[in-house]
Amino acid sequence: MSVQAKPGAVEKSDLISVFIDGTEVQVPKGTLAIRAAEMIGIDIPRFCDHPLLDPMGACRQCMVDVPDMGNGRGMPKPQASCTLEVAPNMQIQTQQSSARAKKSQEGMLELLLINHPLDCPICDKGGECPLQNQALSHGHAGSRYDGVKRTFPKPVSISAQILLDRERCVLCARCTRFSEQISGDPFIALVERGALQQVGLYADDPYDSYFSGNVVQICPVGALTSVDYRFQARPFDLVSTPVTCEHCAGGCQLRADHRHFQVKRRLAGNAPEVNEEWNCDRGRFAFYSGRLGDRLKTPLVRDGDVMRPASWPEAIDAAATGLAQARGSIGVLTGGRLTVENAYGYAKFARVVLGTNNVDFRARAHSAEEAAFLASAVAGRRLGEGVTYADLEKATQVICVAFEAEEEMGAVFLRLRKAVRKKGLAVSTLAPYLSNGAHKLNATLVPTVPGTEAEVVAALDADADTIVLVGERAATLPGTLSALVALAERTGAALAWMPRRAGDRGAIEAGCLPNLLPGGRPVADAGARVDLAAAWGIERVPSRPGLSADAMLAAAASGQLAALVVAGVQPTDFADAVAARGALEQAGFVLSLEQRASEVTERADVVLPIDLLEAQAGTFLNWEHREGRVNRINKQAPSSMTDLRALAMLADALGSDLGVRTAAKAKAEFDELGAWDGVPAPAPQVAAPATGLGGGIVLASWRQLIDGSAGNDGADFMLATGKPAVARLSSATAYALGATEGDTVTVATGAGGLELTLLIEDTMVDGVVWIPGNVSGRGLGELRVVPGATVTVTGGAA
Amino acid sequence: MTDTLTPVLSANWADERAWKIANYEHRGGYTALRTALAMTPDQIIGEVKDAGLRGRGGAGFPTGMKWSFVPQDNPNPKYLVVNADESEPGTCKDIPLMMASPHTLVEGVIISSYAIRAHHAFIYVRGEVLHVIRRLQQAVREAYSAGYLGKNILGTGYDLEIVVHAGAGAYICGEETALLDSLEGRRGQPRLRPPFPAVAGLYACPTVINNVESIASVPGIVGKGAGWFASMGTEKSKGHGIFSLSGHVARPGQYEAPMGITLRELIDLGGGMRNGHALKFFTPGGSSTQILTGDHLDMPLDFDSVMAAGSLLGTRALQIFDETTSVVRTTLRWIEFYKHESCGKCTPCREGNWWLVQMLKKFEAGQAEDGDIEKMLDVADNIGGKSFCALADGAVACVTSAVHQFRSEFEAGYRTPAWELFPYERSALFPVKTAGGHA
Repeated sequence: MSVQAKPGAVEKSDLISVFIDGTEVQVPKGTLAIRAAEMIGIDIPRFCDHPLLDPMGACRQCMVDVPDMGNGRGMPKPQASCTLEVAPNMQIQTQQSSARAKKSQEGMLELLLINHPLDCPICDKGGECPLQNQALSHGHAGSRYDGVKRTFPKPVSISAQILLDRERCVLCARCTRFSEQISGDPFIALVERGALQQVGLYADDPYDSYFSGNVVQICPVGALTSVDYRFQARPFDLVSTPVTCEHCAGGCQLRADHRHFQVKRRLAGNAPEVNEEWNCDRGRFAFYSGRLGDRLKTPLVRDGDVMRPASWPEAIDAAATGLAQARGSIGVLTGGRLTVENAYGYAKFARVVLGTNNVDFRARAHSAEEAAFLASAVAGRRLGEGVTYADLEKATQVICVAFEAEEEMGAVFLRLRKAVRKKGLAVSTLAPYLSNGAHKLNATLVPTVPGTEAEVVAALDADADTIVLVGERAATLPGTLSALVALAERTGAALAWMPRRAGDRGAIEAGCLPNLLPGGRPVADAGARVDLAAAWGIERVPSRPGLSADAMLAAAASGQLAALVVAGVQPTDFADAVAARGALEQAGFVLSLEQRASEVTERADVVLPIDLLEAQAGTFLNWEHREGRVNRINKQAPSSMTDLRALAMLADALGSDLGVRTAAKAKAEFDELGAWDGVPAPAPQVAAPATGLGGGIVLASWRQLIDGSAGNDGADFMLATGKPAVARLSSATAYALGATEGDTVTVATGAGGLELTLLIEDTMVDGVVWIPGNVSGRGLGELRVVPGATVTVTGGAA
Repeated sequence: MTDTLTPVLSANWADERAWKIANYEHRGGYTALRTALAMTPDQIIGEVKDAGLRGRGGAGFPTGMKWSFVPQDNPNPKYLVVNADESEPGTCKDIPLMMASPHTLVEGVIISSYAIRAHHAFIYVRGEVLHVIRRLQQAVREAYSAGYLGKNILGTGYDLEIVVHAGAGAYICGEETALLDSLEGRRGQPRLRPPFPAVAGLYACPTVINNVESIASVPGIVGKGAGWFASMGTEKSKGHGIFSLSGHVARPGQYEAPMGITLRELIDLGGGMRNGHALKFFTPGGSSTQILTGDHLDMPLDFDSVMAAGSLLGTRALQIFDETTSVVRTTLRWIEFYKHESCGKCTPCREGNWWLVQMLKKFEAGQAEDGDIEKMLDVADNIGGKSFCALADGAVACVTSAVHQFRSEFEAGYRTPAWELFPYERSALFPVKTAGGHA
């Protein structure tokens, strides 16, 4: 038998033949013996080896014999197969065919166990522990050790989220290599020597990495555990369901482990094309927000000043009555939590039932330029037609515009870092300062005052091997998206739009935009409307472009819109939270479809409680347009009340027909529609604004990963690992203000101010202040500003 | 018998203030440097190769060949690193050399650096020997003042900087890649090879790492010629070497002799065994080499003969033990050293030495049980040849050879404490407190 590496992956001429236990295997040059053995299903036990980490050779568990290095000579000693690169015609004998290899492995396991506590029955890893498993499969049944075991005081808290039980540690250095090599946060390191070697950290610097949870997952023993999962469940009592992360548009594949219909923990899935085997702490630890006291359990109907619980039929009737009265004057605001199926439901509901194009998923700062950009450069691009994770590793240059990968999309950050480390990728970032995340990407800073991006982009150098990642924050930077489209056309560079929320990319495809119908069909295109009307079996699709989210709020406030349908939106999401609140209050009728009580449900006339994502099935589209399945975890609820089902009931009550009421049906219909193959919408052409806006300090801001977002609620241990909220200034700007590092400064607009501790940032451009985008639930919207605007900064001695 | 000695490196050790540059020069010091700088680097490498100098740090790798591995087409700087982390139990040759005649080393460093085209050299000295570090630093300062170091050495256009670096007291840092990590400011733990230091060593640049004695031998080779050097020693182990005698001999110390001298000759030079006692066992090259007995008194102490006898020449650290010594206790002491010095990186060394200490303590206390010898040998077998670096191989060498040579003493450990069989005060060289029955 002969086995060959993945066909097509490697040129045939680059393959070499090696023999493992007598079986010929063809592998690429440089393959490690342990990987070659895996190809023919030979499982060599290992602890320190991890395919995504640099080889270490520390645990010595994977010893094999090499009777012939391929040159007729054998190696005198057994070799660690995790560090042994195969050579042409090398003969390798694993434990299957070599008594010496087998004895080496058994001996190593015995040595690893002499100091390992026998606390498996109370250890979180018990039942899924590589040490336990391999001791059974490759070790002796008993131990000959009768001495004293090494002990340590336990556990040590290496961060608010992660605990370390040192006596369980086998010192494989997976965690320390992960933190150094993968995430670039080497806050933990092996210290001391000999039998006292242990994972240590600086006393003043806890392991507050955004990716710290991965070390728990890759720990081959129970040495690293997370505070909130500790003692919560036994692996064999858990049911695992693959899910797609709902926290950002990265599309990380996760595994949700649940018991009694309650998620106990989430792990990174194995998705080589997406998140590989990693994820960020938010995706891993923030899954509690739906179990807090504010979870909506029954429909609510307004009764004067109070919202009283109502039955579903009563609430649907009340909602239908309210909408019927406002017919022809209704807007639909959707947010980022929606699956493709639910978003499609809203998009279709607006057109078919309400007869309007007033639907917009952009519950955030947005612009007409952005809408045109999404229609022309994003919508309808299937997976592979745009940039993918794999493309990031092939590029020679990646330019980030209005995008901080580590804060805004962890999986992209990790992939970029891998490409930087392994492939020599050059990253540059248009930002007001070189953030820590950008520093870890070895990025070149293109110092940019917010608002001047369009001008800077116009002067950028790029080529066909360049990828530009532009964040959704570019919507507030006039001319930037237009300049990027021009740059891509001029240089052949690939352009990828990086939305923030998990549902954003799907919402575009589903048609939750005032200028776009499902599948990227332009509202303005008569052919597209006819095409869609035929598919939906209705007379006509409304032809008038709808209002944007901001315009809907303004219209509701002024009485031009009589009713709003609001789902997954909070006032603080918008550029002007105060105006959004006002609009909700002044709107004639507000229907809220929501999971948790919020500022919207407080101001609504009818509230329909929607099931949590974990009770639903569906699909997210990530930034690449890759489908990620959301599988139903909580099957306890007899009937899942999804947005889609509620909308279908409303349609029925309004005497219309949504046509779909289950996610599967909606997905089938959405897929059947397909992408628009007609004339694409024209690209935006917005000129760069005139710069030199005069005095004042320009605001820069983006959200931090672990921040006050509602989705993080309840994940208290993780929240404790977040970065403190600070304001950043250059030393010159701070000096001019008379402020020094550590002072409390107030960043203010006419609408109010935020008090933050001042941090002097060496690379910060002068005249700019950076503040985090969402300080414990208080978004920039409270200040009624967007980045690029001018604010006042006061504080310090002045 | 004194004509057996070949004092070359140690010739000036007894001189008045031998460590001062003037006294070193008075004896002809730094003339080899002038000769060397008139040669091409390749000529020097050729001369060292012809001399047959083999590494004096223990492994015996041909020094000239090591130098020729440095890829000269590599655009990165080349470095010479001198391994002066002498820590092997019983080994005491580099430290007296650097203490008595540091300029011998400095001159060797300059010539060797010139040969491998290095402009930076580092001397990594074990941290505990502060007095030696000071003396080396003083010597380097003197050499700078004399124009032997720095820019444009002796007007030849050759530049060299020497840094004397103090380690922090770890045996593992004598392992060359751990030494490099330590020198770079990291924890000293061995590196994965390949890449080998000759290709990517210090700061990922081509690096030659040589023992102090190897480098100190270079001025003699260059000054007096490869033929002179090769005239000493044996066919495959040429030249002179410092043999450190310690333990139960009348006059322990450093004896510089041709390679291939026998232990019988060395003990004679050392005034014989201590009064009234007989040789029981010895280490040919430090505790990491298998112990040998009186059967090997006439074995030539060269690389190949010792290897043929089942041990290693190592660092020529001859620890001599007489019949009053408990081999169980000696082995325990050694393994306690290895347990303490294991860096912790790999399992067999870290856990294995921990376990061996516990087993040996039972043998010492007479509390071992039937089958414990087999168990200990089996555990030693699970350690030896499996570890990341050679530290653990050295550790188990003393265990396996001790059991092999003196199995009955370990069997006695099933019943009788070692301190009863071999009262410790009898083997002690100095008065010891024997509170509680044993030291």
